[in-house]
Amino acid sequence: MKVSRSLKNVILIELFVPITLLILGIYHGLMQTVYRAGVIHQSSAVKLDYYQGLTLHGVINAVVLTTFFAVAFGHATITYYLKKEPNKKATWTSLILMVTGTLLAAYAMLAGKASVLYTFYPPLKAHPLFYIGTAMLIVGSWVPLFDWLNVYRQWKRENPHTKIPLAVLGTLVNFIIWFTCTLAVAYEVLVLLLPWALGFKATVNVTLARTLFWFFGHALVYFWLLPAYIMFYTMLPKIAGGKLYSDNAGRIALFLFLLLSVPVGVHHQFSDPNISQSSKWVSTILTFGVAVPSFITAFTLAASLEYAGKKNGAKGLFGWMGKLPYLDHNKYMFGYMIAGLILFIFGGLTGIVNSSYALNNVVHNTSWLPGHFHMTVAGPVFLAMIGMSLYLLSALTGKKIFLPKLNVVVPYLWMIGVLIFSAGLMYGGLMGEPRRTNLGMTYLNPNHELYHPQWVPSTLLALAGGIIMFAAGMCYFIVFFGTIFKKKTQEAEVYLPDSESYHDEKYIPLFNSFKPWIIMMVIIIIIAYVPTILDVLRLGGPGAPPHLPSSPTPGL
Amino acid sequence: MLDKYEGKAIGITAIIIMVFLFSLLYVTGKQKTDVVECVPYDKTYTTPRINQIDSTTYQVFAVAKMWNFEPSQIYVPVGAEVDFFVTSGDVVHGFNIAEKNVNMMAVYGGINKTTVKFTEPGIYKITCHEYCGVGHQNMQAEVIVNYPNNY
Repeated sequence: MKVSRSLKNVILIELFVPITLLILGIYHGLMQTVYRAGVIHQSSAVKLDYYQGLTLHGVINAVVLTTFFAVAFGHATITYYLKKEPNKKATWTSLILMVTGTLLAAYAMLAGKASVLYTFYPPLKAHPLFYIGTAMLIVGSWVPLFDWLNVYRQWKRENPHTKIPLAVLGTLVNFIIWFTCTLAVAYEVLVLLLPWALGFKATVNVTLARTLFWFFGHALVYFWLLPAYIMFYTMLPKIAGGKLYSDNAGRIALFLFLLLSVPVGVHHQFSDPNISQSSKWVSTILTFGVAVPSFITAFTLAASLEYAGKKNGAKGLFGWMGKLPYLDHNKYMFGYMIAGLILFIFGGLTGIVNSSYALNNVVHNTSWLPGHFHMTVAGPVFLAMIGMSLYLLSALTGKKIFLPKLNVVVPYLWMIGVLIFSAGLMYGGLMGEPRRTNLGMTYLNPNHELYHPQWVPSTLLALAGGIIMFAAGMCYFIVFFGTIFKKKTQEAEVYLPDSESYHDEKYIPLFNSFKPWIIMMVIIIIIAYVPTILDVLRLGGPGAPPHLPSSPTPGL
Repeated sequence: MLDKYEGKAIGITAIIIMVFLFSLLYVTGKQKTDVVECVPYDKTYTTPRINQIDSTTYQVFAVAKMWNFEPSQIYVPVGAEVDFFVTSGDVVHGFNIAEKNVNMMAVYGGINKTTVKFTEPGIYKITCHEYCGVGHQNMQAEVIVNYPNNY
């Protein structure tokens, strides 16, 4: 379908800004593996400090790219499936807030005044503009939700008793989760941190800030994941040449995410003080619960792909695996999705390890953790996002993909890189290799007294993987920016592949209404978080004064 | 409404989940594996020191600061059972003894506690595994388990 010039421009800017910044993010991704393997023994390279670069890597790749993409993709799904465009003023307001916020935070980070990593745990203190910028980015991403809900309500009035399109359901569920969880981080940033960073308040309650951060921080990963899930459910079966095995399975999975995404954040704080063991147990159980929708998805997708393979002429029990369009450059989205899904098998299983209560003692804050989450956020999430960015770019501008045969191998190259990289990090993590550490300065420096030769093979493995990932990233940039500079050769319009479902399932009101699920979500959050917050307030000591990353003495 | 085959699959799944949860609970109780203990904040924990309770029982009050641990060398005999109480004097730090799966955050205004038994002689490195500023990569301490086998 055709979209207005205004909406087209908003979506294109929302794709262009983060992908351009991603060059910096990916560059520092490679540099980290270089520092960590002890190739260089310095605190900075090419005027970029290790921890400054690590902050840029985290904020750009995990927050800016994902938030911009989720909004852009949300505009596309709502418009395409409900055949109505979102409000022009709302989309531009949101875009301007997000871009301005990103620029402010980028200034603070590039000036070296906010090397606090993307978790910005106080009492490490960043430049106030870092907090203001982050808050603006988040508030900007709230605006579309309320606008889309208006569009949705209007659609619902016109189409009562019609199933909500799965992609629209996914987009709305995702942004309801996002709005709920970011309320906590907005409170942390605007009420706890900003006045403290400006010097109006002397101290900050560190555990409370951490708890609020992780209320947001784990739901954040589902906010990353759900756009990819929407693509897996609605597009993957169609592109593979088949049908979605069950549409209701998709609805159940999405609503389970709505229930369980937020109340599991405490599993990031198993090693924290001031939170009782019982709160941590509740979080473990709920986290196993949130693995259920991912299992439902895995089996539903496998069944859909098996059907597609058999329709493509496969025989035998496993023959379908060979009859899928892995290297068809007209169906490149298949590669971007399947490579991510293969990574996600390992990403999901290692995630269950992390959330398993005392087992977390083995891996907490070691390099095992980045090993895990590069197979989730840098796996299915990242690949689906960059693949879809390219797809939307090509569709909205009417330009054909630049170097399509290079494009089709990018996801597989990336997948191989991540597998090697994560294997190295996880192997090191099991030997106690810390994450977020400039290992090259001390632990991987043979001339330093803290030299730790055990970590040489693991960091070298991560370096090898990092180089492959970087190469895949560069190939992607060539394709993306090459496509921008091509001539328009086809009609510019939005078309999203839309899978039919294999079974014709009845309309079930419960799976087509948000209210009961939102009420249950609130109840579960209260059960999980009220005791936790009470623990934190009851057991904690005094608040902490601010510290700059460069000085052991407190001060602004 | 539910397909027979589907019903069976759901039933089997429920049983597997229950077996899984039971095993987890059972192991946690049986092996006494647990996450850190929760100790209400008190100012006395913020002074770094080592207390010997009896010949094999020790209490270590560790304070992490930018960028070292106090005490930085902890000598205990083989077979010692050590209670670690960990806090921070400034930003958030980590306290990780990888060989013994001791894994805690050192947080200002919070006291973390765990107990660990050192049955093998050796030098156990305590690594800060949370980013704590420009000197983070220098932050290490050690537990030296040598007595009675001095070497």
